Amino acid sequence: MTTTLKNKPVETRANVVILFAGDSGDGIQLTGSQFTDTNALFGNDVSTFPNFPAEIRAPQGTLAGVSGYQLHFGSVEIFTPGDQCDVLVVMNAAALKANLGKLKRGGSIIANTDGFDRKNLRLAGYAEDADPLTDGSLASFHLHCVDVTKLTRTALEGTTLGMKEKDRCKNMFVLGFINWMYSRENALTEGFLRKKFGKKPEVLDANMKALVAGYHYGDTSETFTTRFEVKPAPMPSGTYRSITGNQGTALGLLAGAQKAKLDLFYGSYPITPASDILHELSRHKNFGVITFQAEDEIAAISSAIGASYGGALGITASSGPGIALKTEAMGLAFMLEIPLVIVNVQRGGPSTGLPTRTEQADLWQAVFGRNGEAPIPVIAASTPIDCFEMAFEAVQLAVEHMTPVILLTDGYIANGSEPWRFPASRDLAEIKPPFIKEPNDGDIFLPYLRDERGVRPWALPGQPGLQHRIGGIEKQDRTGNISYDPANHEKMVRLRAEKVARIADRYKPIRLDSGPTEGELLIVGWGSTYGAIRTASLQLQQEGYSVAHVHIRHLFPFNKGLGPLLKKYRKVLIPEMNSGQLRQMLRAEFLVDAQGLNKIQGMPFTSEEIRASVLDLLSPTPKVSATTA
Amino acid sequence: MSTTNGIGGTPGRTPGDGPVKIDFSSDQEVRWCPGCGDYSILKQVQTLLEQNGKKKEEVVFISGIGCSSRFPYYMDTYGLHSIHGRAPALVSGLRSVRPDLSVWMITGDGDALSIGGNHIIHLLRRNVDVNVLLFNNEIYGLTKGQYSPTSPEGAVTRSTPMGSIDHPFNPLALVKGADATFIARSMDRDPKHMREILARADAHRGTSLIEIYQNCNVFNDGAFETFTEKASKPQHTIFVEHGRPLTFANGTRGIKLNGMTPVIVDTYAGGTSLEDLWIHDERDPYKASILVRLFDDPRIEGAMPRPFGVFYVNDRPTHEAKLTAQVAQAKERKGAGDLDALLKGEHTWTIA
Repeated sequence: MTTTLKNKPVETRANVVILFAGDSGDGIQLTGSQFTDTNALFGNDVSTFPNFPAEIRAPQGTLAGVSGYQLHFGSVEIFTPGDQCDVLVVMNAAALKANLGKLKRGGSIIANTDGFDRKNLRLAGYAEDADPLTDGSLASFHLHCVDVTKLTRTALEGTTLGMKEKDRCKNMFVLGFINWMYSRENALTEGFLRKKFGKKPEVLDANMKALVAGYHYGDTSETFTTRFEVKPAPMPSGTYRSITGNQGTALGLLAGAQKAKLDLFYGSYPITPASDILHELSRHKNFGVITFQAEDEIAAISSAIGASYGGALGITASSGPGIALKTEAMGLAFMLEIPLVIVNVQRGGPSTGLPTRTEQADLWQAVFGRNGEAPIPVIAASTPIDCFEMAFEAVQLAVEHMTPVILLTDGYIANGSEPWRFPASRDLAEIKPPFIKEPNDGDIFLPYLRDERGVRPWALPGQPGLQHRIGGIEKQDRTGNISYDPANHEKMVRLRAEKVARIADRYKPIRLDSGPTEGELLIVGWGSTYGAIRTASLQLQQEGYSVAHVHIRHLFPFNKGLGPLLKKYRKVLIPEMNSGQLRQMLRAEFLVDAQGLNKIQGMPFTSEEIRASVLDLLSPTPKVSATTA
Repeated sequence: MSTTNGIGGTPGRTPGDGPVKIDFSSDQEVRWCPGCGDYSILKQVQTLLEQNGKKKEEVVFISGIGCSSRFPYYMDTYGLHSIHGRAPALVSGLRSVRPDLSVWMITGDGDALSIGGNHIIHLLRRNVDVNVLLFNNEIYGLTKGQYSPTSPEGAVTRSTPMGSIDHPFNPLALVKGADATFIARSMDRDPKHMREILARADAHRGTSLIEIYQNCNVFNDGAFETFTEKASKPQHTIFVEHGRPLTFANGTRGIKLNGMTPVIVDTYAGGTSLEDLWIHDERDPYKASILVRLFDDPRIEGAMPRPFGVFYVNDRPTHEAKLTAQVAQAKERKGAGDLDALLKGEHTWTIA
């Protein structure tokens, strides 16, 4: 297709935050992820934040039904999806109302005028006769009104599709337009569409036409006088792909199983936001992966324990409420001393809570939430890429130390994505299961005879001479036979705890993420707060403040260097998306007067919130134990 | 698995060696109450495994919680004593990754039908290849005498001093409802019958469920004595065999189907001839549904006799067979997994 491209000036931007918002049926997530992939492929650094309602199709046009996809891309290093956005693309009035607060003063609004009729304005809760597009209330922003619906329909005149199907192409029109606005090609999305709609030529044709029409609209419309350009980021050389946290978790688990030469058994019950791990793993049966969609959360973990008993790598994942149901079986796995990985993709709680929103409030559940003394290693991922690293480490710890391991991620990084310079398989560590092939005490096999790390051997059924019985009842040291002996019980409780504590021996020395090795203030973070804390810390350091940042990956047992590190700063600040769970643990463990920055809104921190809290703590009269407004 | 001598354990054997006496008892002291029906079941299972010439190392017993669930500790095989009600889930995971093993699940009426009710039905519908021995004693024994989901209405127990008001499960009707592929009933007091049924269950591919009436002589003594005592057994039990008419009371009485309704008839001279009786067909799902419903309280006048034997068999493919086939198909279509290709994904870009 040839068109005369008018010469419009191009402005260069270092980084841009764009938020696409519309009804949950508007295809917002697809638009956002396609634009993300296009930018990543171009060489930008990116970070995303999809944000959608729990309902699949919430009432159309209402605030409850608004789905959003925020993308931060740049020619500089990007650590978060951005505190506030530069551009807000809204498909209807509710999307504007729900998200206007996130737009910078002077930012741009691109509004689909068809979504601002009387009905939509009423559903969004605007006052009778109020219309933000015409009443001047948006004067402090750059407002661009585009009748996306009408333009899409016009572009699709002559196709045989019905009106409803034509309107479904609106998101492609918007994407084409945004591609034009940021000087990007449609090529990646065209390839995607061909793959997705290859078997439905009419639908494919319509989507392609809408995409191209959107692009040309930008070019020909008089409304838009400027295009923007975001140059590639100076990223380390190498080959990249885009990855979400849940994909990272799935691939990390699978890579771990491969490096341990174990079949992967994944027992799972569908739950938001963990189900994508199940979807991803179920596609890889050619790796010997077995996915088992169990009848409930308890069966999901119990089947994984059964698989580990048989010599596979048993894995289960869920989110808070599902993890609660798995608790008793975690105790069994701990008592059996068998490898098992439990992933908790945290969401807002308690109870059903906020299924599609994020939170870090299951830390105590992970560390303390079992009957009896059943310490289980707990590790946490901080970014989508880190989900891969930590999932791999979870497998490593579980297999090499014969223990269940809990990996905490959360909805924010699980659904968010970033560019990943993926590793070569040869660079991943080999994982060595402590298999045993013959009796370990003369002619006798002692299933609980430990090695120097306190780890017992893994004896698989089917091997002659190694028959043994294990269970959840307290067992005699070494033999594993049932024992109610008082002294033996205390000994076993201590042996099991010591085995887990010794896992800290293998950690790498603790490392600051940024900042001076001693000074005024240390920010201690864990999990998905990483990007916001890193951004704030770098800025504060540039501004000359004595602020350092350490990010904890091992929440139980702690890194041995953590205690001494905490003592090197006058103040310690712990931002968490909960009421202060890590803070209480660090206070108890290290007697440190740590302060909390706590946000419990189902939404991630902005870096500005972190920065403001640090500045407050560093001021002569700090408001102790800050919380966000 | 190697057929050379096992180290320090059972000598390895080659199929076809014929029965060799192998002692399947572990070195652990059996701790059931003296006189418990569990002893008889343990003995019959050990005998069957010996007779079948099973290799100890290829047998796994998995249990939940309860008196019966201590069973694995007494077997010199692999064993896993898990948590209350969840044995079916552990079995499903184990069988998914180890279809080579002979897996037995030991459970009770509380373990399988109360706390584990949700798991047992899914085990059955999936048809995981395992032999499930459901020890039914109509009481909670290990917790010292509360009513169970199979206790009859009115049962006076420690938790129901005024009598139970809960309608009990008919276990085999429940099992049939979950589309089990092997349904049978036996009793602790008839070792020969139990052994035959155990052998049938072991030969079946898929979930073989045997409900075993088991006397708890401490908390519910005599629960099944109408069926087990010599005096009343002939009148109140009927032992079904494939292709044979349903007769009882030493052949003097039988059951005939009037349409869908079973009726008791006399079979001696002048009575109903044998060929007009209900001929047991263990492959007939409709008749099996009626058979599991023969569940009258034996104290009621004119009660139907309680059936024992193999009620129903179906050769539906097992869960693990279908699973293995899918994995094989995936490998054939996509080739064996290439980790580097997987890590790379579909879209990449390179930065120089």
